[in-house]
Amino acid sequence: MINLKINGLPVMVEEGTTLLEAAKFLGFPIPTLCYMEGLSPYGACRLCVVEIGEGSKAKLVTSCTYLAEEGLQVRTASSRVVRARKMILELHLASCPQSKTIQDLAAAHDVRQQRFRQEYEDCILCGLCVRMCEEQMMAKAIGFRNRGQNRSIGTPFDIKSEQCRLCGGCIYVCPACQLRCTYNEPDKAICGACANLSPPCVEKEEFDDMMCYMDPCVACEITGKKNSEK
Amino acid sequence: MTTDEIPAIVERHLDDQGGLISILEEVQAKFGYLPADALTIVAETTKRPLVDIYGVATFYRAFSLTPRGEHLVSVCVGTACHVRGAPRVAAEFERQLDVKPGETTPDRKFTLETVNCLGACALGPVVVVDGHYFSHVNASKVREIIEKTREGLDKIEIKTDRRIFPVEVSCSRCNHSLMDPEHPIDGFPSVKITQSFGQQHGWLRLSSLYGSYNIEEEYKTPYDTVLHLFCPHCHTELIGGSDCPECGAQMVPLILRGGGTVQICPRRGCKGHILDVG
Repeated sequence: MINLKINGLPVMVEEGTTLLEAAKFLGFPIPTLCYMEGLSPYGACRLCVVEIGEGSKAKLVTSCTYLAEEGLQVRTASSRVVRARKMILELHLASCPQSKTIQDLAAAHDVRQQRFRQEYEDCILCGLCVRMCEEQMMAKAIGFRNRGQNRSIGTPFDIKSEQCRLCGGCIYVCPACQLRCTYNEPDKAICGACANLSPPCVEKEEFDDMMCYMDPCVACEITGKKNSEK
Repeated sequence: MTTDEIPAIVERHLDDQGGLISILEEVQAKFGYLPADALTIVAETTKRPLVDIYGVATFYRAFSLTPRGEHLVSVCVGTACHVRGAPRVAAEFERQLDVKPGETTPDRKFTLETVNCLGACALGPVVVVDGHYFSHVNASKVREIIEKTREGLDKIEIKTDRRIFPVEVSCSRCNHSLMDPEHPIDGFPSVKITQSFGQQHGWLRLSSLYGSYNIEEEYKTPYDTVLHLFCPHCHTELIGGSDCPECGAQMVPLILRGGGTVQICPRRGCKGHILDVG
């Protein structure tokens, strides 16, 4: 057993426990995007950062991949952690503003704007779908391709994979939205099930008076609504 | 080359930790690129998912999934080359070859690519064509580079390269001159000897330029075979040299006019030689 302190509270965990699991055990909330129980942790979204160590040696680590160590001092909500988390959310918003998951997280962490060049990606490369496909569905139909700016997730050669059973697991776990679902091109589609692309805030009445901080908002742009009409 | 050979390539690399990159390198060397069928076969024979193979193949710039041209033109657009005008050089290549970086000309002769740094910043802007470096390139030199490449970059510039000089040799047994002025290679009398491989006997003419490896032969002999070479005058086998420093085959000694010997490797394609000037 390993003894460590999270936010000053001592906790005893088994060897091999990650900081995220230990913090969850104590009830400290840590936001996550690319973490899912039953899938191997990946540390891609960086949202689960916590601060470890003391003084000048303190550093930020991703709690989903960092294993508990004897005597470790962990802070899950220090000002540095909060600042880093907000920045990470801003970056996610900059690349993937139409994601409901990211918008909700941003709202929950009091992120009111993002200061970067706005892009409209449909993927944050968190790899959840890849791990889902490999580890739970045992298919390995999709994976990472290319690198750097051109990195993307999909099937080899962008054609329907023989390994794919159209289980839809990848779409189910995706935090970013319409993921690989290419709906109207059946040959390239992985699932074919998800044909509903309309953003939730446009169609449903209860979202009519929703406060939207996204400017420009993809959903509004798609429907031709202007921000002032909201 | 057909895809039938791929399982053998995979087989060769099975011991070294899977060796996927080595496998792909070898497949690419055979085809010039990585065809989709080949990747599928590699996946099947290595029993690994195709996504992993495809991921590696697309990750590295060295691998290409589209056919490459005969000549690969890499224009460095790294920082040092960039400030010295590499973008203009790249644009000129684009204009003259009429392709964008990453593309191949329709006649499959040239593939143009830009690279981020070749580590030869002091020579910038640098252009590399088939492993030959061109330094301080500017837009006006582009045509010359393309023309040189079309002619063949391995062709030696005899007049300008001072490391290259003609030699005259004779048989180490009968001392008869082996020079054949009737049949020049590289513009100098060739060295004529008789070669034998299997049942075939025929003449072999070597360039008499020290530093040139151009040869002509009566019968085509396969690459990498060790030939038996004979004096065309006394018909004794030219043998008894030291071991080739490159490949270990026993070398063929020839007497240099003016004193000394030169030993050449009888292995087809091996460039091993020892010059011993008295």
